[in-house]
Amino acid sequence: MYSEKVMDHFQNPRNVGEIENASGVGTVGNAKCGDIMRMYLDIDDNGVIRDCKFKTFGCGAAVATSSMATELVKGKTVQEALQVTNKAVMEALDGLPPVKVHCSLLAEEAIHAALWDYAEKHGLKIEGLQKPKSDIHEGEEEEEEEY
Amino acid sequence: MKKLIYLDNAATTRTAPEVAQAMLPYFSEIYGNPSSIYSIAGESRKAVDQARETIAEALGAQPEEIYFTAGGTESDNWALKATAEFYRKKGNHIITTKIEHHAVLHSCQWLEKQGFEVTYLNVDENGVVRLEELKKAIRPTTILISVMYANNEIGTIQPIREIGEIAREHGILFHTDAVQAFGQLPIRVDDCHIDMLSASGHKLNGPKGIGFLYIRKGVKIRSFIHGGAQERKRRAGTENVPGIVGLGKAVERAVRTMEERTQKERELRDYLIERVQREIPYSRLNGHRTLRLPNNANFSFQFIEGESLLIMLDMEGICGSSGSACTSGSLDPSHVLLAIGLPHEIAHGSLRLTLNEEITKEDLDFVIDTLKKIVERLRGMSPLYEDFVKKAQHGN
Repeated sequence: MYSEKVMDHFQNPRNVGEIENASGVGTVGNAKCGDIMRMYLDIDDNGVIRDCKFKTFGCGAAVATSSMATELVKGKTVQEALQVTNKAVMEALDGLPPVKVHCSLLAEEAIHAALWDYAEKHGLKIEGLQKPKSDIHEGEEEEEEEY
Repeated sequence: MKKLIYLDNAATTRTAPEVAQAMLPYFSEIYGNPSSIYSIAGESRKAVDQARETIAEALGAQPEEIYFTAGGTESDNWALKATAEFYRKKGNHIITTKIEHHAVLHSCQWLEKQGFEVTYLNVDENGVVRLEELKKAIRPTTILISVMYANNEIGTIQPIREIGEIAREHGILFHTDAVQAFGQLPIRVDDCHIDMLSASGHKLNGPKGIGFLYIRKGVKIRSFIHGGAQERKRRAGTENVPGIVGLGKAVERAVRTMEERTQKERELRDYLIERVQREIPYSRLNGHRTLRLPNNANFSFQFIEGESLLIMLDMEGICGSSGSACTSGSLDPSHVLLAIGLPHEIAHGSLRLTLNEEITKEDLDFVIDTLKKIVERLRGMSPLYEDFVKKAQHGN
């Protein structure tokens, strides 16, 4: 049901991990729906994304879209990164099954959430960037359970 | 090519070669319509009758109480909708559980739209129906109790005899969906006061597209499929003779091998459960530890998602299933896992492995070793696990 590109990015995800002291971090999605993406950005003084890493809890498509999104924003300026839409992510992956389109939306949101965090931390205003709505830390309701 | 390790026998099973063999003559040699009068048709009729007898014997029932259908889903639909229709004069209340198969749940939801009232019983944390709650739910208008014999996802076996007794005491019909249990557990319809029972061929190494509904003599339910006089005028349509022969053979085989087969499966299942629980941290077993189907193991692995897990297992030649939303086609994880009280994110990380008699200990060793690596890998990229580890490091 997945394209070869999706399977490749799922099996060999690019840029998995964390960035210490990242310029911006965004976490979107929620555990209820089964998808959570966290995006780390390392942005230099000229506003260029030097590095980007991710961690994702979710299905094959969620992992693949996160991986592709990090590839697409790396080396871009903040303004350029803002243009990386869910459509761009989907096209780069040769498409997604209809039920998985929301994963690509989540990838776009994750980029925006990380950029928003970067802007807030640095007292910047990024034109065209809106506060991401599905930041996980706002609606944290589930309690951690241990076994 | 990698060896295929098929651990999704609750979804469907391999048709046993002896079953397929038994069916073959009924396609191109003995192809007569059982309702016709010439001799090859008589052969078809005989084969159908024989299968009916085999199945009746397996349940301690009479042959004329077995009605062939296209499978478990049809049997469930028929049992619920036709009972509701006939007994409407008596009452409009039905009791079932929150963990039934969708064939029962969606039939009940449809009946609600037709003006029936349905109580969906809660289950305990192991997935067992609480008898006290069942008793309390009974009303003067209750016409039917439908509780599955054993659950398809978590394998929990229900106290069917006790439920049957309660139904009998109150003069309420009792239907059980035994699609998973039939062939794995010995079932006697009289001992358990079962009035109707659904079963399916392909869950017990029989063919797909054939099943039956047991209807106790005296239960007045009407025809669901209208047409010819087949199945004592209760289920029209020319009999699926090869399917019926296959089902009969599969039942004969299941009864003959049950003791030895399920004993072996139970041992391997327990080995699998023990090793997974011991060797994979933050995992849990879903369903009752002992009151469960011999071939069923269902786990949740915290911090990871089921579909990812299934794809990675598939790459190693292992077939399993998950209650994650991504595999159900909706945004919600399994209704069964939610009903036993699992939070959403843990329900999303579930894995069901259902064995068959061909699975060996070596197969399971490979599965467990592979599973350990995959769970570790997925946790390594999970933001939930990252948060959990950081929290632990801060001495929270």
